Amino acid sequence: MPWYKKPQFTALKPRPAAQQPHKVPDGLWHRCPACLAILYMRDFVANLRVCTQCGFHEKLSSKERIEMLVDEGSFQETDATVRALDPLGFSDSQPYTRRLESTRKKTGLMDAVRTGMATIGGQRVSLAVMDFAFIGGSMGSVVGEKVTRAIERAIGERTPMLTVVTSGGARMQESTYSLMQMAKTSAALARLDDARLPHIVILTNPSTAGVMASYGSLGDVIIGEPDALIGFAGPRVIEQTIKQTLPRGFQRSEFVKEHGFLDMVCPRSELRDTVERLLSLLSGPARETTEESPASASGNGHASARAKRTGTTPPAAAKRPAGLKPKASARRKKA
Amino acid sequence: MSLAVLDFEKPLYEKIDELDRLRAKDKPTSADALRLRTLEGEIEQLRREIYGGLTPIQRIKIARHMARPRSLDYVQYLFSGWTEVHGDRGFADDQACLAGYARFDDVPCAVIGQQKGKDTKENLARNFGMMHPEGYRKALRIMRNAVKFDMPIFVFIDTPGAYPGIGAEERGQAEAIARNLLEMARMPVPILCTVIGEGASGGALGIGVGDRLLMLENSWYCVISPEGCASILFRDASHAPRAAEALKLTGPDLVAQGIVDEVIPEPPGGAHRDFETTAKNIQEALRRHFAELQHKDGPTLVEERYQRYRRMGVFEE
Ligand SMILES: [Zn+2]
Repeated sequence: MPWYKKPQFTALKPRPAAQQPHKVPDGLWHRCPACLAILYMRDFVANLRVCTQCGFHEKLSSKERIEMLVDEGSFQETDATVRALDPLGFSDSQPYTRRLESTRKKTGLMDAVRTGMATIGGQRVSLAVMDFAFIGGSMGSVVGEKVTRAIERAIGERTPMLTVVTSGGARMQESTYSLMQMAKTSAALARLDDARLPHIVILTNPSTAGVMASYGSLGDVIIGEPDALIGFAGPRVIEQTIKQTLPRGFQRSEFVKEHGFLDMVCPRSELRDTVERLLSLLSGPARETTEESPASASGNGHASARAKRTGTTPPAAAKRPAGLKPKASARRKKA
Repeated sequence: MSLAVLDFEKPLYEKIDELDRLRAKDKPTSADALRLRTLEGEIEQLRREIYGGLTPIQRIKIARHMARPRSLDYVQYLFSGWTEVHGDRGFADDQACLAGYARFDDVPCAVIGQQKGKDTKENLARNFGMMHPEGYRKALRIMRNAVKFDMPIFVFIDTPGAYPGIGAEERGQAEAIARNLLEMARMPVPILCTVIGEGASGGALGIGVGDRLLMLENSWYCVISPEGCASILFRDASHAPRAAEALKLTGPDLVAQGIVDEVIPEPPGGAHRDFETTAKNIQEALRRHFAELQHKDGPTLVEERYQRYRRMGVFEE
């Protein structure tokens, strides 16, 4: 069935209990891979999977990421049934079809991105959230198509676009089709840009290669989580090419910000508020209805003139997600 | 023989050498005359066998041949008034990126290309055709001028990839490529891209978004090099031939995938064996495709280009 005939939204179904990321896999404890501290799993999860000792940001699933970012219960998933095929009959250590099947089973995901509409602080956004658990967050035809549709939905509904990246790059098993998704998503972002709608990008560990050489680098605002690996070429490839070891901190968020390619490094605990604030500041084209003279806006100063020009009203009071406020100690401490 | 012979061509060139030796003899015997006659037939048959059934890895070897014509060779043949320009106006001039203005059949145009060297010295200067961010930004600068002056853009792709190095990362290789993808998608002038050798991944795509994508017969275009794919997926770069098969990266494969519009034929043995025929074939194809695009207005070009990429990909729901 063509996508435009499908019902537009499908509810995000809860995963089977065994795959719930909130369920502690190996009991009650979590060992931080960065500082080796043993953490009480419940504290660690409540702290958005940021180490309470050293501030190390562990990967989040797309489900956890959506929960921490959007107003509770506001996420409506779209294009949840888009599935990868194996157009090239690709096989490496196992056939691509089998890899897809086992990854779907293992992760409960259909592919490496989840898309949908949600509100953040009452402001409606189109959302694309990648998931590293699905073949390393790699971009093939499905990721490219879903991200493109999410951008087109933002344009159609005149909402901002919010993209959360975690990806090792393009999906090799779909070869040149994967490469073309870079062009496809970037072309959609050209239209979003023409429509003067904001694109906010959050880069998380890791964000490299094909996704970074396309929509991952094309945000009006680009936010990095602390210490995330961000770049084009992977560090191993660079080391093999230049035959030297890379300096400490190379391609990490702070480094990328220093070189001018990140707007800010934002700890996970402050991410949601930062996004909410940015959304309200960049809430759409200020001159959309210029035929009607802004000078005729009476009384309430700039805000009402802007509201009149854009035809928007200030967002309703935000519904905060419950139980997701991280501890203040989540900030990363430099050792 | 002045041109290096590739491994799979050896049987053919052994016979050609034998033929040359026999012909050079002052006093050929009657046995020599007989051998000459059979040799000619054998050579023709071998030529058909070898070049008629090239495997992907063999085509890649031709694409990487040191004597293969480079972007500048084609630019000088296909265009008049070639005027090269330099620099990204920000950091440096990337010599792996060729950029300038010229005329294609009297139509002023912009030309962008990736330029490999012809020898080690030039390859070091050209960085083996691997561009840095300033190369992508130089290309964008010239393409923006093309938009300003309403000129078509001709692109020649020949790169083993965008350069993976410290400086390239520091100066935003990913951003430079991504920016070009976005901007090229909405340039209201015709953009015609031709892969003349290697089209490796984002490094190739970074100057390769357009209305037409043509490929020389012995060129490849893919998300990753076969060696890179083999070392990641097959844990060993020596499996490159297998990866080259699996990745479906030659012209006919990509035409079937709806990614490439046309494969431009090369003379037997490849472009380096007969530059002029190859250049003429490119000229004929570019003329034909440019004629289809030349009179379309900007919004039509941009809309059709959007739909062209919009269709790419295979999935179900
Ligand atoms: Zn820790």
